[in-house]
Amino acid sequence: MTALLLRDLTLSVRAGGGALIGVLFFLTVVAVIPFGVGPDLALLSRIGPAIVWIGALLAALLGLDRLFQAERDDGSLDLMLMQETPLVLTVLVKCLAHWIATSLPLVIASPLLGLFMNMSETAIGATMLTLLVGSPAITFIGAVGAAVAVALPRGGLLVSILVLPLTIPVLIFGVSATYAAVEGPSPFLPPFLILVALTLFFAVIGPAAAALALRNTSD
Amino acid sequence: MSETSLSITKFSDLANPTRFLALVARILPWMAAFTALCFIVGLYLSFTTEGDYQQGETVRIMYIHVPAAWLSMMGYTIMSLSAIGTLVWRHPLADVSAKAAAPLGAAFTLIALVTGSLWGKPMWGTWWVWDARLTSVFILFLMYLGLIALNRAIDEPSKAARVSAVLILVGFVNIPIIKFSVDWWNTLHQSASVLRLDGPAIDPEFLRPLLVMAVAFTALFFTLHIMAMRNEIWRRRVAAQRRMAARLASREG
Repeated sequence: MTALLLRDLTLSVRAGGGALIGVLFFLTVVAVIPFGVGPDLALLSRIGPAIVWIGALLAALLGLDRLFQAERDDGSLDLMLMQETPLVLTVLVKCLAHWIATSLPLVIASPLLGLFMNMSETAIGATMLTLLVGSPAITFIGAVGAAVAVALPRGGLLVSILVLPLTIPVLIFGVSATYAAVEGPSPFLPPFLILVALTLFFAVIGPAAAALALRNTSD
Repeated sequence: MSETSLSITKFSDLANPTRFLALVARILPWMAAFTALCFIVGLYLSFTTEGDYQQGETVRIMYIHVPAAWLSMMGYTIMSLSAIGTLVWRHPLADVSAKAAAPLGAAFTLIALVTGSLWGKPMWGTWWVWDARLTSVFILFLMYLGLIALNRAIDEPSKAARVSAVLILVGFVNIPIIKFSVDWWNTLHQSASVLRLDGPAIDPEFLRPLLVMAVAFTALFFTLHIMAMRNEIWRRRVAAQRRMAARLASREG
């Protein structure tokens, strides 16, 4: 399993810098927003956490279709289906590798974007923390979509449509925890704990459903 | 076709599509008649009972809005049960049922959204708010459309059914969120007033037509669902026979 984790990590780093492209996309999305809403710093600092979260969500979806596609193309997916270790575990490890390769760079890049958005130190810290805790949930939900997409000839766009509605709770609690930390009279902990619960919940449901879908799509 | 008139004793007997079609042919007229009867009574009651002292005549929108909203959730529940049937028992009719329920569920969700919007304008002064209940039902609508698109994107019916079944089950997470959204988040949409532990909170004057309309809409749903399942079975038979004919033609030619 460690070997698989390392293999997936090296592959994703060497294959045309997938992580870098994700971060670049994240940067671009967030940089476009001020052109849309105007360069009003007060407004930007108010909606900043939400923008950073939405940018991270979109960037996380970007690389999802690659999660199983390459394995399917070179046939190693069939080997994974046949091997002794439970497929759920394999999928979980692949999700972790994918998260480290694509979502963790986004989390690390988020303080820089927070500065662009004129956010306060607490807001930047809270956004980073919630992203760190919440982004695995997005990867786990996305794994189901990626597994479904393996069956499709060109499934990239459809996957985003199928996955985005399911990620909305993560977005809601991620952003509301950040806002609670910055200004609100409401405490930070309850929405943050719900976010943690969502990640744990989808860490169980996501790989199981993805494994089921992979088994059913293989011919 | 004489053996198809055998009585259906077990649920698994329905796995034979021919038997299922025979059953449908027998009960469909009755269901259609029952639906029509319920609608006649329900519509009569909806139009003759008093208007609300506060909401006036617009309260009658409720008799369409509320049943449609209930059915939007029931449609997804039926799809989820069918998805379990597809994945666990590989029941041949389960995927037909899930496929037939998706457009129906989407249609009822759309009706609930549109009538809610029409009702919201005079009552709340706005067509749409990002309220928890409204938003989660809107997401349900998007999920229905996504699942229909997914089912259409895969050519082979059995593979499409199994793949969509997985996603249907994952999406079922949304149903409890919709049901309890009005209790968890106290926003503009009123909280549950019919299905409550301490009894309905609305006046019997309004409850009676509402319940009749709910029964009518549910009967309509099941009638249309069974008809859609019948059409899907026929469609697959036509496709199979076309394939057979093409194979024969290619062998001769």
